[in-house]
Amino acid sequence: MQTSHLTRLASIQHFNLIKRSLTRPTGPVLRKLIASDASPTTNYVRTTCEFRFASTTTSSSNDGQNSHDEEQKKKNITNLMYLAGAVTGLGAIYTIFQNRKSSKEKQDAVSAYDTKQLKSQHADDKLDASKKTLVEKVGDLQDRKLLAEEEQPVELSKTDLTPVIPSFAQYLIIGGGTAALSAFKSIRAHDATAKVLVISSEKYYPYMRPPLSKDVWYTDDDNLLNQYMFKQWNGQEKSLFVFDNEFYADVKTLNDEENGGVGVVLGRKVVNLDLKTSVAKLDNGWEISFEKCLIATGGQPKSLKVFQTASNRLKSKLTLYRGIDDFFALKKVVDSGADVTIIGGGFLGSELACSLAHRATENGKRGNPNGKITQLMPEAGNISKVLPEYLSKWATERVRDEGADVLTNVELVGASVVQDGKVSLSYIDPQNPKKTSYITSDHVVVAVGIEPNTDLAKSAGLEVDPDQGGFLVNAELQARHNVWVAGDAASFYDINLGRRRVEHYDHAIVSGKLAGENMTGAHKPYWHQSTFWSDLGPKVGFEAIGLTDSQLQTVAVYAKGKPTDEEQKRDSEGNREQQDVAPEATANDLKHKLPESKGNLDKDDYSKGVVFYLKENKVVGIVLWNVFNRIAIARKIIKDQQEITNFQELAKLFNIHQD
Amino acid sequence: MSFCTKEGNGKDKIMFLTKDDLSSPSTIRHKEDEAFDPWEPHGLILPNGSINWDCPCLGGMASGPCGLVFRRAYTCFHNSSSQMKGAECMSDFDALTKCFAKYPKLYGGKDKSNSPTDAATSALVDGINTPK
Repeated sequence: MQTSHLTRLASIQHFNLIKRSLTRPTGPVLRKLIASDASPTTNYVRTTCEFRFASTTTSSSNDGQNSHDEEQKKKNITNLMYLAGAVTGLGAIYTIFQNRKSSKEKQDAVSAYDTKQLKSQHADDKLDASKKTLVEKVGDLQDRKLLAEEEQPVELSKTDLTPVIPSFAQYLIIGGGTAALSAFKSIRAHDATAKVLVISSEKYYPYMRPPLSKDVWYTDDDNLLNQYMFKQWNGQEKSLFVFDNEFYADVKTLNDEENGGVGVVLGRKVVNLDLKTSVAKLDNGWEISFEKCLIATGGQPKSLKVFQTASNRLKSKLTLYRGIDDFFALKKVVDSGADVTIIGGGFLGSELACSLAHRATENGKRGNPNGKITQLMPEAGNISKVLPEYLSKWATERVRDEGADVLTNVELVGASVVQDGKVSLSYIDPQNPKKTSYITSDHVVVAVGIEPNTDLAKSAGLEVDPDQGGFLVNAELQARHNVWVAGDAASFYDINLGRRRVEHYDHAIVSGKLAGENMTGAHKPYWHQSTFWSDLGPKVGFEAIGLTDSQLQTVAVYAKGKPTDEEQKRDSEGNREQQDVAPEATANDLKHKLPESKGNLDKDDYSKGVVFYLKENKVVGIVLWNVFNRIAIARKIIKDQQEITNFQELAKLFNIHQD
Repeated sequence: MSFCTKEGNGKDKIMFLTKDDLSSPSTIRHKEDEAFDPWEPHGLILPNGSINWDCPCLGGMASGPCGLVFRRAYTCFHNSSSQMKGAECMSDFDALTKCFAKYPKLYGGKDKSNSPTDAATSALVDGINTPK
């Protein structure tokens, strides 16, 4: 009995050794063995069983005759061989099964089992192990097999199987800018457990764009800027990001969140919108079906014809300024002392001209490299689309005061990179129209406007405004029963002022908010007039509302007489208007010191006043020129749409002489 | 004293007016506004007494991850009629504080620029003080 147990034990050891040596390299061989007629194997098993049974019965007799022992030994060795063969065969079968289902974890578990068995066999309790019956040993082998097949619940969890981006969105927002942010804020305010999925092509979470042409350039702390923060005029530090990343839910588990949330997918674009099936397709092929969708795709900076055939070398010296990365890249250029030329006389171009000139000057004061800042435009003056010509020209003088060289009436005809690596821009100067003039600089910034992103119109079957561009929506910002559009990309119907498309920050806030609310079931039209503002350096700033097209008839009232030197104070009304805008406006108030009076009869002193824009004797737009905290009055006048004949009386409402 | 000019081929009229010219009250009468214009944005408390969760004054507090908790707390506070307003809402405010603690960067201290807590607190005070 003892002997046969020992041989069986030896055979187990054998089995392990054989198994290890045979497993991997001989896999295919064993596979063949299995594939081929299985009968030899079964024979092995049958004979082994018989022999096992036989040896058990044989060994029960304890006759110790020598000759019998020798024969017995031979029989034992044969038994051993057969047993080894059978067990190896078994081992081969489920090794293959193991390999088929193999995962590293299972192999680890199985080899752990092996090592444990090996250890126990080498241990002092060898004798204890040897007392194990065959049944127990087979049981061990079966355990080993189960381990090999067992699912590991810890490793393959639900999260592993859940896709990174959901395939369904209750509220889908295409775009991750200001209008999108305002919309999801509003959706969540009206639908407390809303699940909002935002698909943004930006690589940053929603951020504010206005500071990128103003405040950030006046922030002298590089460490602060690298944290995506800036200093306002009142010294207060603010982040470019409206919400800290903590605000946003995990996109992956968004649909499982009981209280919903806002999940933002960065770096992805929606390339196809199917409104038959309400499915949006991403640029990586992923499809998302949705209940309600907001298109807030904004716009792309436009370029100019002269740059269309630009070489790569020229392109590397060109910036189409729009986002955070453009700021950091341009700041590096400016700080290196480069000469920068800004093309474009609108808000962005003019603000950048002032801001860059300021930074270059400050760099120079500190003994750091500083270059020349030039602004070019085809128009006669800055912001000429809004400001009446005389005021636009006066504004140009103020930009020149800031240190930028402004060339007006410039028709750009060519651009190239010259030998020393600089960019040469060729233009026609109306004062010398017969020859081509040149301006050389190290870097060029193009700020000639944006093109609304309406690529999705085709696949979605949505109408585009042929005059103003953008998706055509109704007064409630709706394009279809479950599709809304807000922000720069929306051509909407303004009940008071007609069909418009507005590219201002406050409009993105107002329209995003409205669209968001309507997506949760409201039916409100665009009613609350949005505003806009601009700062041309610390001395000139204005707030405006309504239709401020310089081609309209205008009546302006300017303050005559010595203006006071008092600083503008924060008005609680201005603060409460739009929380998002107010900080900017507030900062404006504090920094706008009035220029000293040049004299009572100075005709050209447009330093403070109000400009009224008229359509059929009704005021449709107002510019508050260096006059702050009166936007509510302006809004009321536009809302009333009364016919005005006496503008002196109207101007009284603004109290422009007082701060 | 004051004078007018016309620029831009008569399209743009310019007036220079002194302080005296603009001192007397204006003869322009504004149109009367509706008592409750459903299309106009409103403050924290709507004319019908309910809370406007989309008020810019809340700075997104009702929209964020602690949105529901905040609403529960503030609704309780708003409806509280006891002398010490909000006395019975301690558990709700407790839950709110716990939620805030989970998102320190969002609802953090005063030096954090994106703190809606201050905005909301002042909004609460305004809400109490508005005579409606």
